[in-house]
Amino acid sequence: VTLADLGTVTSPADAVGRPTAPPSGSSGPRRSGSGTSLRNRLRAVRIPLLAQVARPVFWLILSLLILVPSACFLILAVSPRLFDQGPQWFTLSNLRGAFSGATAVALTNSIWVSCAAAVAVLAIIVLVVGVPLIHYVPINALRVIVGALLLVLGLSWLRKSILRSSGHKALHDEDLVFAATSAELATEASSSPSPKRRDAVGFGVAFKGVFLEGMEVVLIVVSLGASQHRLGIAAAAAGAAALVVAAIGALVAKQLSQVPENTIKLAVGIMLTSFGLFWVGEGAGVHWPGSDAAIIVLVGVFSLVTMGSIACLRTLQPTVRQATKAAMPERVKE
Amino acid sequence: VKALSRGVRAFGLFWWDFLVGDTPELLIAVIMIVALALLLRHHHDIVIILLPVITVLFLLVSTFRGRQQDGTGPNH
Repeated sequence: VTLADLGTVTSPADAVGRPTAPPSGSSGPRRSGSGTSLRNRLRAVRIPLLAQVARPVFWLILSLLILVPSACFLILAVSPRLFDQGPQWFTLSNLRGAFSGATAVALTNSIWVSCAAAVAVLAIIVLVVGVPLIHYVPINALRVIVGALLLVLGLSWLRKSILRSSGHKALHDEDLVFAATSAELATEASSSPSPKRRDAVGFGVAFKGVFLEGMEVVLIVVSLGASQHRLGIAAAAAGAAALVVAAIGALVAKQLSQVPENTIKLAVGIMLTSFGLFWVGEGAGVHWPGSDAAIIVLVGVFSLVTMGSIACLRTLQPTVRQATKAAMPERVKE
Repeated sequence: VKALSRGVRAFGLFWWDFLVGDTPELLIAVIMIVALALLLRHHHDIVIILLPVITVLFLLVSTFRGRQQDGTGPNH
């Protein structure tokens, strides 16, 4: 709908709804009727125009939220100096690291087998369960179920992240957790009766990771793709995204590991809660104002509530984090 | 049979931990949100305000409840 469709709108004053000088000889009631009609037409036009603007803005913001951090991590991988993370302006050491040493051994030994196995199992599940699910279960019921699950997960992560950020729950010592898990897995692998066989522990860990994350993607792609009747293109986009994420992950794994776990969980918790609530509403038949753009408003609301809760809880009592920090050795504090 | 029962038990425990765990109030909140969304779906003006408000309310209640419990609780 364009302004040209209005017909009677001929001046900027008309377009903004200001009263205009009546034509000579026109009567009062006729003027009033024309003004009402114009206001109605303008009202009818404003909403589609808003919807037309809101949708691209929503996708632009969503893309920026994903593309900008990915681009920053990629640039950081080849140019650590740019982000004050190292001395080199340009280096390929991270790229070499991804395809040499222990990472390369793990990739060739067990990870590719487990990834392929997990993808095969997912494909079977999608064919056996997903396709009948789409055809026989109403899409709105699927949206409510998936939305409710996202909401449970999102609220749980958000709660823990708020408590950790405000110091009422101890932060994970990520280095310690990583070292303990690696040692445990290494012990299990070395105690295997036939060490020359393929790494069963590595297979299990990588299989579970790919399968669980893949299942989440499948649920989202099936729900979104089926609701728009474009399952093919949604699946193709998900496949392309998997390749891009794998490439970025291989390149910037080291940099990503330096992002605090709690920060990631906080952001993901806000996103999951917002998407979950939106889908529950959509599935139940609620029409959110601005359609998809309502997600951004929900993200804003939950972000504000989260920040406010953290700030409020920080003032309430001496925090666990302060106590933990005080007890930490100097190296870890740095 | 033993492996199957172990698998079923592990599956059940996973879902119990995922849905209930140490925050049963969040599951109640989600059930309430779904029920309200279904019941009030024709009252758009009310429901678009009510759903976020209830979500925020339960999040705050659960967080403040967690504040009293945690610090000494399990670190997961």
